[in-house]
Amino acid sequence: MLKTFIAFVKKEMYHILRDVRTLLILFGMPIALVLIFGYTVTNEFKGASVGIVDQAQDDLSRQLITKLTASGHFELVRKPHNIEALEADFRAGDVKLGIIIPPDFEKYFLGGEGSTIQLISDATEPNYAVTLTNYASQMIRDFQQEQFPTEQMPYAVAIENRMFYNPELVGAYNFIPGVVALILMLISAMMTSLTIAREKESGTMDLLLVSPLNPVLIILGKVTPYVVLSFINALVVFAMGWLIFDVPVRGSLALLLALCLLYLMVALALGILISTRSDSQQTAMMMSMFVLLMPTMLLSGFIFPIASMPAILQFISKIIPAKYFILIEKAIMLKGAGWEAIAIPAGVLLLMMFVLLAAARKNFKVVYD
Amino acid sequence: MKNEYAIQAIDLTKKFGDFTAVDAISFDVEKGEIFGFLGANGAGKTTAIKMLIGLSKPSSGQATIAGYDVYSQTELIKEHIGYMSQKFSLYEDLTVLQNIRFYGGVYGLSRKRIKEKSAEIIERLNLEANARKVVADLPLGWKQRLAFAVASVHDPAIIFLDEPTGGVDPATRRQFWEMIYETASRGVTIFVTTHYMDEAEYCDRISIMVDGKIEALGKPGALKSQFEASHMEEVFLKLARG
Repeated sequence: MLKTFIAFVKKEMYHILRDVRTLLILFGMPIALVLIFGYTVTNEFKGASVGIVDQAQDDLSRQLITKLTASGHFELVRKPHNIEALEADFRAGDVKLGIIIPPDFEKYFLGGEGSTIQLISDATEPNYAVTLTNYASQMIRDFQQEQFPTEQMPYAVAIENRMFYNPELVGAYNFIPGVVALILMLISAMMTSLTIAREKESGTMDLLLVSPLNPVLIILGKVTPYVVLSFINALVVFAMGWLIFDVPVRGSLALLLALCLLYLMVALALGILISTRSDSQQTAMMMSMFVLLMPTMLLSGFIFPIASMPAILQFISKIIPAKYFILIEKAIMLKGAGWEAIAIPAGVLLLMMFVLLAAARKNFKVVYD
Repeated sequence: MKNEYAIQAIDLTKKFGDFTAVDAISFDVEKGEIFGFLGANGAGKTTAIKMLIGLSKPSSGQATIAGYDVYSQTELIKEHIGYMSQKFSLYEDLTVLQNIRFYGGVYGLSRKRIKEKSAEIIERLNLEANARKVVADLPLGWKQRLAFAVASVHDPAIIFLDEPTGGVDPATRRQFWEMIYETASRGVTIFVTTHYMDEAEYCDRISIMVDGKIEALGKPGALKSQFEASHMEEVFLKLARG
């Protein structure tokens, strides 16, 4: 039994090591994904192009402009004379945020009558536009506070913001857990479904089924190497997150890895289930793409927040394993949560694993009809 | 009585919906016999062989393999048979030795036995120079002989060969058949399907399948005289025309 199992694992390792494509997917993809997400998917911005129409041209307006540009977040690229010129800059795409300072800014502002600054942003990129205007508004409010340090407005409600767990709003805190969820799903599920489909395609599966081997052992022998490799991959991504992007693991590392393994099992069960439904590598690939890749990317909360999805998609997201795994990862890594906090999502994953394994077992055809 | 035959089939039938792929075939194969299972492509040979080796459940009829029932004792059957499919089922990206070792492992052979078997197969096939080459680099004829050797790595009592010599020239087929003879001379039963009529002459007995039915069964010589033919091709053509 054990001997057969070892023979299987060995053989599977030969396949993996001999196939450059598989190796590339296995080890190149996680690293590429982390780097791509790390440097592209981010809410932080630097040097946003700003056009300022300064109709006041006084001391105070110049101070405000200096404050805005000194932060490094905004770069003054244009100083058009009027709003029409500013709009032309918007159309050309040279400017993402326009700031219009009215005439006699200093006079009204210091005179206590108050003044109005207009912020205009290019909302063809809505998220970016919102981020820029929020940031600029905040800076202008700060500027106002600085000008009247003692004299608080009597009717103002003071708002104090605190960003728990990620005070600097680092994007990596969100994407590292997401990338791990994505990679584990992709590698475990897609690779296992492909490797089983390949045996079917080449006819070697028939030979295995004709042998006295227990089908469960066949599957176990085939997926074990991928469990190990996926787990190593998860470690690599966590390490990259920690070393390159400073993503911490505040909770128990052992707990995190144990749940990684659980999620891996869910992914493997899905992969086996897919392979029972496909006779060729191509079908397995297509099914993996549709069933695993897209939902994991889009519906897990990794890229788009689940709370802002329509009800039907929110409902579908409940059956996406990655959703629960990302919750667990964030709880352990960022919030330092312990076992009690993640019991429910972990329970859901455990249930999913059993259901999927049972379905895979039922569908795995030892005998053709 | 049960163990008298290596293979016994009685009215074995396989239906896919309305289509009857194998229609009530009956035959016996004696121990140590080379039994040729002939028919054109699509005559139902592969479906029949899959029922015999436990890859496919018969719709009706009975069959025993090495005395074991195909419905209830498939696990026991599997221990006593070897199988080589038309795709000759080797891992193309593994070396000759890795393939032999893997299948040895699948059948639970001891490490020592696997070593012996590997050496024996390599010597028998003159593969000494190529033992560490990946199978994909071997010529087709060699792959087929290796596949046959691998299918019998666990010394089964019966070996099923499904179109083992597809796509190679008659000289290479001849080499393959020498291996079959050698194996059969050790008392192993060979069940072989083919659509090459020249191969039929090599068998002890043959059956000819047309549209899911066995239309003729007997020794090649007897069949030739029965159908007044000078060679098997002619017998086959007469049968196919009805």
